[in-house]
Amino acid sequence: MAIAKRPRTLPTHAPLPSPPPDGGRGRTELAKQTFEYAPAPESIDHVKIDPRYGLFIGGSMVAPHSKKRFPTINPATEQKLSEVVEADEVDVDHAVKAADKAFEGWARLTPSRRARYIFRLSRIIQERARELAVVETMDGGKPIKESRDVDIPLAAAHFFYYAGWADKLEWAFANRKPRPLGVAGQVIPWNFPLLMLAWKIAPALAAGNTVVLKPAETTPLSALRFADICMQAELPPGVVNIVTGGGKTGSLVVTHPAVKKVAFTGSTEVGKLIARSLAGTDKRLTLELGGKAANIVFDDAPLDAAVEGIVNGIYFNQGHVCCAGSRLLVQESIAEPLLEKLKLRLGTLRLGDPLDKNTDIGAINSKAQLEKIEELVESGVEEGAVIYQPECKLPERGYWFPPTLFTNVSQSYRIAREEIFGPVLSVLTFRTPAEAVEKANNTPYGLSAGVWTDKGSRILWMAERMRAGVVWANTFNRFDPTSPFGGYKESGFGREGGRHGLMPYLELV
Amino acid sequence: MATALSLSHLGSLMRGVRSVDEVGAEERAASLAKRSIKKSSKLWALDLAIRCIDLTTLEGSDTPGKVAALCAKGIRPKPGDPTIPSVAAICIYPARVADAKLHLRGSSVRVASVATAFPSGQSFTSVKIAEVKEAVAAGADEVDMVIDRGAFLSGDHEKVYEEIVAVKEACGPAHLKVILETGELGTYDSVRRASILAMAAGADFIKTSTGKVQPAATLPVSLVMMEAIRDFVRETGRPVGFKPAGGIRTSKQAIAYLVVLYETLGAEWMTPERFRLGASTLLNDVLMQIDKERTGAYQSGDYFTID
Repeated sequence: MAIAKRPRTLPTHAPLPSPPPDGGRGRTELAKQTFEYAPAPESIDHVKIDPRYGLFIGGSMVAPHSKKRFPTINPATEQKLSEVVEADEVDVDHAVKAADKAFEGWARLTPSRRARYIFRLSRIIQERARELAVVETMDGGKPIKESRDVDIPLAAAHFFYYAGWADKLEWAFANRKPRPLGVAGQVIPWNFPLLMLAWKIAPALAAGNTVVLKPAETTPLSALRFADICMQAELPPGVVNIVTGGGKTGSLVVTHPAVKKVAFTGSTEVGKLIARSLAGTDKRLTLELGGKAANIVFDDAPLDAAVEGIVNGIYFNQGHVCCAGSRLLVQESIAEPLLEKLKLRLGTLRLGDPLDKNTDIGAINSKAQLEKIEELVESGVEEGAVIYQPECKLPERGYWFPPTLFTNVSQSYRIAREEIFGPVLSVLTFRTPAEAVEKANNTPYGLSAGVWTDKGSRILWMAERMRAGVVWANTFNRFDPTSPFGGYKESGFGREGGRHGLMPYLELV
Repeated sequence: MATALSLSHLGSLMRGVRSVDEVGAEERAASLAKRSIKKSSKLWALDLAIRCIDLTTLEGSDTPGKVAALCAKGIRPKPGDPTIPSVAAICIYPARVADAKLHLRGSSVRVASVATAFPSGQSFTSVKIAEVKEAVAAGADEVDMVIDRGAFLSGDHEKVYEEIVAVKEACGPAHLKVILETGELGTYDSVRRASILAMAAGADFIKTSTGKVQPAATLPVSLVMMEAIRDFVRETGRPVGFKPAGGIRTSKQAIAYLVVLYETLGAEWMTPERFRLGASTLLNDVLMQIDKERTGAYQSGDYFTID
């Protein structure tokens, strides 16, 4: 081919053609303005929040024994939404007794009938999805697009999935006879209030147990809404009980002598306390705790997708995600273009009113959490990391933190070791796959990890060596009720989701 | 900007094009499609959509009369309403360029001609060049060429590159849009590679489809092409425009494209100089939506001219 030998030059280009001439028809007033998304707030008129709530015990909302109440506020506006009870020993005892009383009937119920109740819960969650999404967003500060598209649909999917297991337990574990345990005491966190409730309650009920659940102090409203759903579903009284309160109430729930099984999702610190307090008892325990996941990007990765995955990994739900990809491990040879793309992308994240349908980053869940994030970010700056935050106007009221990225981070920095639980990413580099594995595993945690590469064999090689409960390949934060989830090391033990998620709620004889 | 690009460089350029993650691209496009564009921003977007439309007729049955009607519609989409802008261009076959030129005289609307054995591109390069030259001589301001997909899919990137370079030269002052026909390329990897190839060869715009092949424009394919543009601009500093075409019939779709454009290439691309929508039936839906936004009620279809 003769032409192939001749070196070519890129053609020179004429400048882009000038715009069509103004005169006459053509240019409008609008053409002179710049584009900006108009506010698109989700309507809240259809959601009624009571000024105060009682406790859900024995199938109805009851007046508490405790006289103590505390406010639950909207972190985006600092406005009080409602007042809830700080349940005391007597209240927790009532709840556990109600659950204990209901256990016999629930466990002996024909499994297909049990399934029917759980299916009904799933269906009502779907039917009331909008209302639940709004409550979740108002109480927790997460963007409505996330509560609408992730939290609520996944919560419904969880109930749906475990409803299916209720009458098939005999087939879930070959040659074993599954028996329910009794009352499950469950304590859940504030980052995915209704979804975590679903993760806890759905398998417990499917296995034939009854439940006393304590939602997080700052986000009790969706659980109280769920109490209403239980009544609507005509769930037998006492099968699900919901007590609100803080850490004290939580400890009363887990240490109550009639509670046979304890499930906790939350911080590693509290997880350790619970493990200590249960030592020597016959209670079963599963813990789903903190994480400091590595998101590992190799030089052959599809970069634009990786950028999306990194953003989704750490800025989703303001980084209030136990499996958040809070450490970005990027191969040194592509660190520069990747970070350039990432910084550009951070500039397009929309922070603001969580109820606005176009908001990407909502409010930090609580003042205490905001202070913790600020403290850790300060330590990062002090230790010598380079901070990057896109230009971003924070609202006057409420708790906010801009998406943040740290470069020049060393493994020894606090921001590379401690769980920040906020929209803060620490970027580290590596040279070889072996180094990537070593750095990824060099943490007391082990909940999740991400691998970005075009090479399938490398994904498997990495996954085999990573000490993490979940390893995502070319994606991040992907959840499905059929897939077990849980941690290695100080990220906890036991699995939730999938067939594995039934095990902690069954005695296998 | 006369950067030397030898053909061995072309090979490494093509090999160096990053892969695209299919699931990731589709997920991102789907999430952007969920943006809620309301009130003032909707009106703005609809106004821009009209200003960016390449109002198209590409039928064997096109006549001077049909083209005249289309030109009238393009200049004044809504008779009696001076706030509605003209479209960007009328897009037609080369044989109809002279007709369009005649009827668009004095207006801001440009004449875009498809060329290079549209839609298949399966002809002799000499014929394609001659076609482009004739179209430009007849008054085409813009040329929408198709790439030789046969050559591209058989791995002959050089041929595709050469042809675009030659067509660009034949265009002279006319503005070149290169149609990749993404529906025939099979994978997003190929779409990305073809995008880089076309831009390196001198395309002023890259365009998704002819409209004659299904699937035509899709949101994820457009995202992939816009990401390629973003990377190309970063490397070379030369801005390249983007034109989705085929199957864009509703305002809602058009707005989704504008949102992806806004969040991928930024506000600088939200102008007819850098963005076009190839469409034949979109215009009336946009007019209808503008009336709906302004008056709060949908108007009867009889208030919008069918041309």
